[in-house]
Amino acid sequence: MKAGIVRFPGSNCDEDAFHAIADALGQEAVYLWHKDHDLQNVDLVILPGGFSYGDYLRAGAIARFSPIMQEVVAHAKRGGLVLGICNGFQIACEAGLLPGALLRNVSLRFVSAPVDLRVESIATPFTSQYHIGQVINVPVAHGDGRYTADGDTLARLEGEGQVVFRYVNAGGEATDAANPNGSLRNIAGIVSAEGNVLGMMPHPERALETALGSVDGVPLFQSILESLAGGVRA
Amino acid sequence: MTRFRCAIHIVPRRGILDPQGKAVADALHSLGFAAVGEVRVGRHVVAEIEAASEDAARDQVKAMCEKLLANPVTEDFEIASLVRA
Repeated sequence: MKAGIVRFPGSNCDEDAFHAIADALGQEAVYLWHKDHDLQNVDLVILPGGFSYGDYLRAGAIARFSPIMQEVVAHAKRGGLVLGICNGFQIACEAGLLPGALLRNVSLRFVSAPVDLRVESIATPFTSQYHIGQVINVPVAHGDGRYTADGDTLARLEGEGQVVFRYVNAGGEATDAANPNGSLRNIAGIVSAEGNVLGMMPHPERALETALGSVDGVPLFQSILESLAGGVRA
Repeated sequence: MTRFRCAIHIVPRRGILDPQGKAVADALHSLGFAAVGEVRVGRHVVAEIEAASEDAARDQVKAMCEKLLANPVTEDFEIASLVRA
């Protein structure tokens, strides 16, 4: 697999993502500069965490207009895989790759903590190596993570199995106390209608090594490798 | 072409939780402004724009709001003023 990690001014999890792909997974990783139009034939585009363009106006609002994003959107429209993590999820929503928006945490505080997630769908290129209902531990670190969408959109996401991860307690229940940001329906991650774009606030790239406290992100990347081997093409 | 100056209000849409507005309302209440009801906190954008007419300027400002300045999922916008600069 060849993964491309987009670098915007203000990205700060780009090196985490590069380390995850190149060192933890032993796959090829390249950086994609925001001003370029060349995706370098990558199989997977990662929109990493950070504060692209200083979160000016709204998180992700300006990054969406970067030259590279035109190519990322075209890649997604061809069925190519896109993984938006944290600020990358916000950018994917602003770019129209995913429905909804990420608003200020209901606590008005930045939250940096490991959280438990329940895997809600394994019928995606990103989650086939989990089992349904599995509770995984992955860190979050964000100030604007409250997933919001209108009622029709939420009903469609739920009905079509597009809600992929939900914040839960250790017992696997989606409670208010387990919700770190006030996201509607405890939504932590969703996929596009076609399933090839995943946006999530938690950081799976920081959960690949025992030294970092969790290896629960490993099956997510294994799922991507499996789906690429099985013929998901850009 | 004429230069116009426009002011735009962008606020969280009604029905969408605005924790910042609620925190401000709570602070106002604790300061004794008991008459304060709902508070919503948004953004105020001032921009200068060249256009052939006021109507043309208004059309452009509306398009700018729809495309970038406001998020159509969560925010409403209002052109508060549009005057010759």
